[in-house]
Amino acid sequence: MSFLDYAPAPESRSVLALRESYGLFIDGEFVEGRGTPFQTISPATEERLATIANANEADVSDAVAAARRAYDRVWSKMSGRDRGKYLFRIARLVQERARELAVAESLDNGKPIKESRDVDIPLVAAWFFYYAGWADKLDYAGLGANPRSLGVAGQVIPWNFPLLMLAWKIAPALATGNTVVLKPAETTPLTALIFAEILQQADLPPGVVSIVTGAGDTGAALVAHPDVDKVAFTGSTSVGRQIARTVAGTNKKVTLELGGKAANIVFDDAPIDQAVDGIVNGIFFNQGHVCCAGSRLLVQESIHDEVVERLKLRLSTLRLGDPLDKNTDIGAINSREQLERITRLSDLGDAEGAERWTAECEIPDNGFWFAPTIFTNVQTSHAIAREEIFGPVLSVLTFRTPGEAVAKANNTPYGLSAGIWTEKGSRMLQLADQLRAGVIWANTFNRFDPASPFGGYKESGYGREGGRHGLGAYLAPASSSAVSGGRGGAQRRVGASDASPALVSAAAGAEASAAGADAPAPKRVRATRSTRTAKKGAAK
Amino acid sequence: MSRLAVPKTYKLFIGGAFPRSESGRIYEVRSAAGAFLANAALASRKDARDAVVAARAAVGGWAGATAYNRGQVLYRIAELLEGRRIQFIAEIEEQEGVTHAQASAQVDEAIDRWVWYAGWADKFAQVAGNANPVAGPFFNISVPEPTGVVAIVAPQDSALLGFVSAIAPALVTGNAVVVVASERFPLSAISLAEVLATSDVPKGVVNVLTGSPAEIAPWLASHADVNALDLVGAADLEWVDLEIAAAETLTRVLRPEQGPDAAAPSLERIRAFTETKTIWHTKSLK
Repeated sequence: MSFLDYAPAPESRSVLALRESYGLFIDGEFVEGRGTPFQTISPATEERLATIANANEADVSDAVAAARRAYDRVWSKMSGRDRGKYLFRIARLVQERARELAVAESLDNGKPIKESRDVDIPLVAAWFFYYAGWADKLDYAGLGANPRSLGVAGQVIPWNFPLLMLAWKIAPALATGNTVVLKPAETTPLTALIFAEILQQADLPPGVVSIVTGAGDTGAALVAHPDVDKVAFTGSTSVGRQIARTVAGTNKKVTLELGGKAANIVFDDAPIDQAVDGIVNGIFFNQGHVCCAGSRLLVQESIHDEVVERLKLRLSTLRLGDPLDKNTDIGAINSREQLERITRLSDLGDAEGAERWTAECEIPDNGFWFAPTIFTNVQTSHAIAREEIFGPVLSVLTFRTPGEAVAKANNTPYGLSAGIWTEKGSRMLQLADQLRAGVIWANTFNRFDPASPFGGYKESGYGREGGRHGLGAYLAPASSSAVSGGRGGAQRRVGASDASPALVSAAAGAEASAAGADAPAPKRVRATRSTRTAKKGAAK
Repeated sequence: MSRLAVPKTYKLFIGGAFPRSESGRIYEVRSAAGAFLANAALASRKDARDAVVAARAAVGGWAGATAYNRGQVLYRIAELLEGRRIQFIAEIEEQEGVTHAQASAQVDEAIDRWVWYAGWADKFAQVAGNANPVAGPFFNISVPEPTGVVAIVAPQDSALLGFVSAIAPALVTGNAVVVVASERFPLSAISLAEVLATSDVPKGVVNVLTGSPAEIAPWLASHADVNALDLVGAADLEWVDLEIAAAETLTRVLRPEQGPDAAAPSLERIRAFTETKTIWHTKSLK
């Protein structure tokens, strides 16, 4: 036993009372799914955790119908103040059951307990607290007075932050008066189902949130459902593309949080110790299963060797293993499929001539594991510098001038995040201006906060989550009905408007699908929605 | 004694120059009454690609200009438009066959709308941006930035007002645009390009194509170097196919609008062509 080793300190599982099987959560109750149930396993041990129901198209329809009923009868009529109180209740219940949720998350996802306990779950609670307070203040969101909710939101989330992504999606949707059907990832459904129990404890009206478990088919059915008004997705860029195609020509409003290939730029005047920790946090946090992970390290040439040496030294001290052990830094890869993808792309790195270094770790016999890995001598043309690996694999490139750093950093179809390490404030600000990415971390990395907007440029998706900007994704501008009424009459004057009536937007802006109410319907809108939208517009 | 008029040759506007279509094609523009007005350039795929290249080259300078400067340049356009009011009124009367009063109203509204947007240049970031109160020792700020190159199918039923309403909001925050003018009423768009060319707008910031939107728009929608697609005037096209083509590169899309309020002035039209950038920096007294 080396001096670096600690005795195991596993978190107890006793706090978690898993059921043998979980149904779908529809209209406030757990019900059987009509698809073939599947198992969710612990990626660290491959042990079966529970049997999970599989929602087919009919189940999805039931959930959407429940959401529509809840929207029409209850949620859209409730005062913002009361909606907010439900969200506050949920936030408190999450805090009360934090330990249970953290254990479940680490078991099902494979992430270290110290991350689920200290990062994921506290942020989940924070997200509900933050948006709870918005529910009765929507007039101040910058969209004009009385912005409208959209209706039923269909939300599809990934497996890397199962409960956190749920919170990112559900909290703003409910605060703005929408109802929700959410599909968690098939490898990590557990915490969403425990969350459903929390909704029951909070006495949230039935149908306001439904949770349908299943794989890609379930998600596709939800996205394509004609009675869904809003689609929110976090996941891969390829699925994001499919969704963008699916909703083309419909009145659905969409936000997409997709992949990334973030550059983490380290200048020679950076505080090296902090930078090295930031690099490690940037790419090895959550096993690198982070869309905004700093997977491309751009080091100024003069300090390249020093940084790489220190990085290797630091990585040698990381502990890989049991996610429930409080000393664990690197947990399990979430699934066999993902492990294969990481392995394949890393092998491509070897084949293309990059130099691989892997931290010495004991790999457990069962489960899915990948030791922290660094590739040096990487060229911008290499697949490992272009494709999102979504695992604990860092590609190191160099640059000489700030201009070269910017050019290399922006040389990607993605634009989600970037990191800058320098002690020179003016340089940091100039660089931040030039980087084409939605989130820039300077002298820090992978920070998240409900008050801070998050989202990408280019092929990293559209829209923002978090902060005031996150509300825009779930609201249509205020003046829709007023302006619709004015359409037949007086011409609106320039300057009289500060919110668009007639904009149906897939971008960060807001949509006024109700514009279709009185305005001649745009051609080839795959109809069905316009009449309903008109009614809703009138009802509000 | 009468004199023989000197007719104007209308060309494209790409990268600050007025080329003919590289394809050598033209099409006839006729008045509402059917009289020959001019031959307009019938832009090709290559013209569209050249326009995107010019726009891409121009984005950096335009987006990098100070907001105050962009506002000045945009206001300058309104000044020049006002100076050429009579010309635009006559052109619109001829193309659209509307009364003098109606054409005047359109020009006046176009100028006023332009002024309204010009004033947003140095205010939008204050309205759309944030200082974010995060839970930790961090400076955290969100600012809007232009999306980049915006391809626009201008409203088809309005020679000038529709065109202005579509391009102005995209320009406010620093985007460069490639815009396909109204197919039936293309002449005012090119006359406006002459205004732009003499009003301190950097070359390539606005590129105007005349011709068939049905032919050109698919190339713009599928172009990987186009960041956003404004289909405001595309209602009569197979616009769902355009949106599907744009999905391939996750290009931002605004859907078609019809009626007299299409592309009405709004903050949302500006916001639609921006991204929000959030910057975190550590705070420390170290």
